[in-house]
Formats: sequence, C-alpha cells, structure tokens
Amino acid sequence: MEDNRIAAHPILAWKRENPVRITYDGRQITAYSLETVAMVLYAAGVKQYSTSSRFYRPRGMFCAIGKCSSCMMRVDGIPNTRTCVLQVQDGMNVETQHGDGKFPGVQAAMRGVKEKNVEILVIGGGPAGLEASLWAAKAGAHVILLDQNPQLGGQLVKQTHKFFGSANENAGTRGITIAKKLVEEVAATPSITVYSGFTAFGWFQGAVCAADQDHAVLFHPRKVIVATGAAEKMLMFKNNDMPGVFGAGAAQTLMNVYGIKPGNKVLMVGAGNVGLIVSYQLMQAGIEVALVIEGAPRVGGYLVHASKIARNGVYIMTRHTVLEAVGTDHVEAAIIAEVDENWQPIPGTEQRVECDTICLSAGLKPSTELLEQAKLDLAYTGELGGWVAKRNWAMRTSNPDIFAAGDASGVEEASTAMMEGKIAGLQAAYDLGHADVPVEEQKETRHNLDDLRAGPFGTKICIGLKCVEVLE
Amino acid sequence: MSHFETGIIDITYLRANGFLPPEEREKKGPVAVIECIQEIPCNPCVGACKFDAISMDGINGIPHVDFTKCTGCMSCLKVCPGLAIFIQDKSKAKPSVTVPYEYLPLPTKGGTVTLLGRDGATLGTGTVKFVLQTDNVSRSSLVSVEFDDSALCEQVRNIKVG
Repeated sequence: MEDNRIAAHPILAWKRENPVRITYDGRQITAYSLETVAMVLYAAGVKQYSTSSRFYRPRGMFCAIGKCSSCMMRVDGIPNTRTCVLQVQDGMNVETQHGDGKFPGVQAAMRGVKEKNVEILVIGGGPAGLEASLWAAKAGAHVILLDQNPQLGGQLVKQTHKFFGSANENAGTRGITIAKKLVEEVAATPSITVYSGFTAFGWFQGAVCAADQDHAVLFHPRKVIVATGAAEKMLMFKNNDMPGVFGAGAAQTLMNVYGIKPGNKVLMVGAGNVGLIVSYQLMQAGIEVALVIEGAPRVGGYLVHASKIARNGVYIMTRHTVLEAVGTDHVEAAIIAEVDENWQPIPGTEQRVECDTICLSAGLKPSTELLEQAKLDLAYTGELGGWVAKRNWAMRTSNPDIFAAGDASGVEEASTAMMEGKIAGLQAAYDLGHADVPVEEQKETRHNLDDLRAGPFGTKICIGLKCVEVLE
Repeated sequence: MSHFETGIIDITYLRANGFLPPEEREKKGPVAVIECIQEIPCNPCVGACKFDAISMDGINGIPHVDFTKCTGCMSCLKVCPGLAIFIQDKSKAKPSVTVPYEYLPLPTKGGTVTLLGRDGATLGTGTVKFVLQTDNVSRSSLVSVEFDDSALCEQVRNIKVG
C-alpha cells in the first residue's frame, strides 16, 4: 500500500502506536490511533474524498482543521462528517460521499441532549482559548473549554518554528513547545473541564449547543469567550477545487501534526509569513518547493523568513499569480502569470510550473459564525481579515456576556492571540465578581500587546483596531 | 532587484549600513553578524548576550552589534527565531562560518559539505568543524564549516550535505 508518512524529521517525531483498521470504500486500510480519518486516507494515497453536489467534481482536503466542507465523507453511515478532525477507530467504515449527504435513519447525537451549567464557556482551544481558560481559572472561575479537534492547542501544534516577540513572553520557543506547556497546565487545573472533539454549532436563547459524533450537550454559560480562530482564504482561479490545492496551513497540519507528506513538489502561492514559513517547513520535511509566487511587488512576510528559504535555493517571484491548476482528478501542474499594478494577469507571460501540490497562503478570515449567530455588532475590517466583532479594550463585545479573542477577533498571530485570551479570561472572571483577578497584570498585558503592534508590521492591525475597538 | 522582492539579502546594503564587522576586528577573533534589517517585534538576541554587545531601540527596533564587545560566543545565534545570525571567524589559520541548520541529514564533524550563499548558489566546499545542538528542547543545530578563502566568510550562509 502507498504510504506517504514521513520517516525522519529534524524537529519532530510522531507517536505511531496502536494500529487500527478502517474500511474505505470496501478496502482495508491500517491507521494509527492518534490519526484522523482524512489524514489516514491521504497517507494511503487517497486524494479525493467526495464529489461536489452540483457538478460532481472531485473534492479533496482544503483546510485540514475542521473549517471548510471539503473533506466531508460518510462515516459509519453519517454523511457530512468532517473527516479531518475525526479520529479513527478500529472498524470504522468510511465512504466517499457523492453529492449531498442523505439524512441518516438514526443519528446517535439526537438521542438525548445533556445540559450543563457553567460560569465561563470558552469555545476554541488554541492559543487564545487556552490562555483565556487558564487565566479565568486562576482568577477563581469554573471553565468549560470546547474544541472540535481531537487534541487541544489549535494551530500551535503545527508551528515548528521558533516564535518572535518578547523574550519575556515566548520568543525563541517553538509553537509546538508552547502548545505542550499550555495543554499540560490546562490538564493540571481542576476547575477547567475540557470537551475535545466537540463542535459548538449554535446559540439557543443564551445557551450554546455542541456535539461530537455521538453526544450533544447544551451548555448554559454565564459568560462565553469565543476563540474559534480563522480559516484560510481561497483564491479564484481555474480548477481551484481540484484535489492537491490546499490551504498552506493544511499542508502544515499534514506534515507537522501527522507526519504525512502533502506532496512531492509544491507551488506556494503567497509570500506572507504563512507562505514563507510553510515553504521552509516543507523543505524540512524533505519536500521540494518548486517556486514561491506573490502577487504584490514585495515579499509580505518578514525578510528573515524569506532569506531562510532563498539561501536554500528557493526562488521567490513577486508580481505573479496562479491562473490554473492543471490535471484531471488531482494537480499535475500549475499555470502562473505576471500581474500588472492592478493585479491583472499580463497576457503572454503565462508559464507552466511542474508540481503535484498548490498551497494557497492568501491570508485568513476570522471564524465568526458563532459571533454572527449571537447577533453581535460586527464591522467589516479588511486589515483584520474580514468581519470582526466590535469590542472594548478587554475584548468584551456588544453583548456583555460574550467575549472574542485571538484570530476570531481579527487575524494577527499566536503571541497576540495569547495576550488577548488572557485579557478576555481575566475580564470575564472579573465581570462575574471573582475577587482574585490581577487587574494590574491585565493592564500590563494590554500594554505589552500595544508594544508588539507598535512597529511597521503592526500598522495595519492598529488601523483595523481603530474601527472595532470602539465600545466602552 | 531588491531583497524585498527576492528574499536574498543584499550584501552591499549590509556593508553600507554597518551590519558587517570591519576587517581589523575580524582578524582578532570570531564575531556575530546579525542579518536582521527590518523592524519586526522580536528581541531575544538582546537578552541572550552576556557582553551587552547587542542593542535595540524598543522591541520593534533593529538589532545593532557593538563589534568591540562581541566575542562570537554564539549565545545570540542559539536563540534567534529568524535564524538570521551567523558567526564569522577570520582569526584562525582556516577561516570559518557558523550557521544555524535545521535539516536532515545532519553533517558530521570532519565531513565535506557544499557551501551555499544567500541565494542558495554553490560557493565551493568546506570541512565541518563542529555540529552543536543548541539545547535539548528545540532540536536546532549550529554547524561550523571551515574553508580556504577568507573572502567566503561574508558569503557563506548555508550548507548542503553531500
């Protein structure tokens, strides 16, 4: 059987224990217990997961973190299952989903909904949600932390690079190490209860409903902190839905979290920090980066990230965009072209790039579905990635019982997300009347956050914040 | 083309703006070169220096090395998240450069490696002086290579095994 698992890596090692067997379209596939369904299939060479509902086009994985609907399959009879965040179990039956899913006869999750009261409900266990939970708990509050992934840590679990920022915070430490530390702290805090694999999907008169494959729980929180992160943006080009076109973060999840090669030769579209960092990490995993292209006239990310890949022989082409993914049911090449000042392709400049994977790093948009459903005041703020909740300096939104933090409150990066989470967690505890809130420390964190944003790379963020940080 | 288009840091810019040490300083012993020319929010190198040789104007400042204080001890190189610091040594019989290295396979001491420039182009071959793990947690390595031509000290920024 084809096996795309990475054997050796300079930074990472993977726990491949407790082999289990799943059935995929009638075929037996061996998996490891910590892997998710989509990852196992990809490792076995499966690139197509479903066919689209209107034109029956082949669909593969796109975001790999439970944000999009690209990897939905039928699992044990339940259609529309996001296989990228569902851990494998021995004997699981996975089927390609053709078109719309058929409503199953009996869905276990509907059999009995439990109800739970809680002081603070934190939705999302990434850097913002982890810090929010830890600081709210430190201040004396009882917290329930929900995350739709099998493990906590959000996107920190795939950040193998060392963090920038202040030496007083986490600078110089790899994201994966920060994740481990925070997750261990959460596990050691009795007043935080974790629900892994639970997706929060709706508000019901102040209550939040969340479910995994088998259970649904209706939470009645007094305060909610929404730290649901962000999703990668799609670019418009021909065949952009072809299997082999990924968000750059999906490639990172495949290779860094699960140790699976996303491809053998990659075209990276976008030279912001994500595109540059993922290009470097692809090479660390032994994967060839054919080319990095960027529509803008300049590299958007840090020059130190660009120079790291340049000195390994990767060519960066600014003022270029992708026009087409070439292939039948998966990517076999890409057509790129130069763009003019208005980002329009210049006819006659098209060229073919041989690659089996196209990674898009065209920015992120905040995952605001729950904030929208809660009818909060939102403002479209391009500088922060899209629609963002209006709030005060302590991340409290237009509904005084709801806070937003991290990328869900405006796309930035993990260091600032952690600081926002801490501020929101402390404020929620304070609003509930907990006496142990270190108010001075909260203000100091806000001060340090403003310091990080004070340089030229923070200018855009500060402009965006002026539009949304408008509440008292 | 400028380094903002290619990612390849321009050596004439480094030379003109004091990022490279003067020749007479280089002959005295190893010295750190920090190729971090952009205002980004990052400061671990400043605190890592035991000799107070790195200064920065606020967390978004550009690191400036006082070459008279720097001893080339590699403390800054071990913590730099941007992998943007290199040690040049023209004081020994064989000139050398130490680079951060995070790929497999790791080179071995005494082995021959290909020397690469800022653009990834081959500059010749060198001999590995040492391979050092920066610490137990991060699994980064520092690789020191020596070669014959001292003019390469300002050029070598990466290596390739084999």
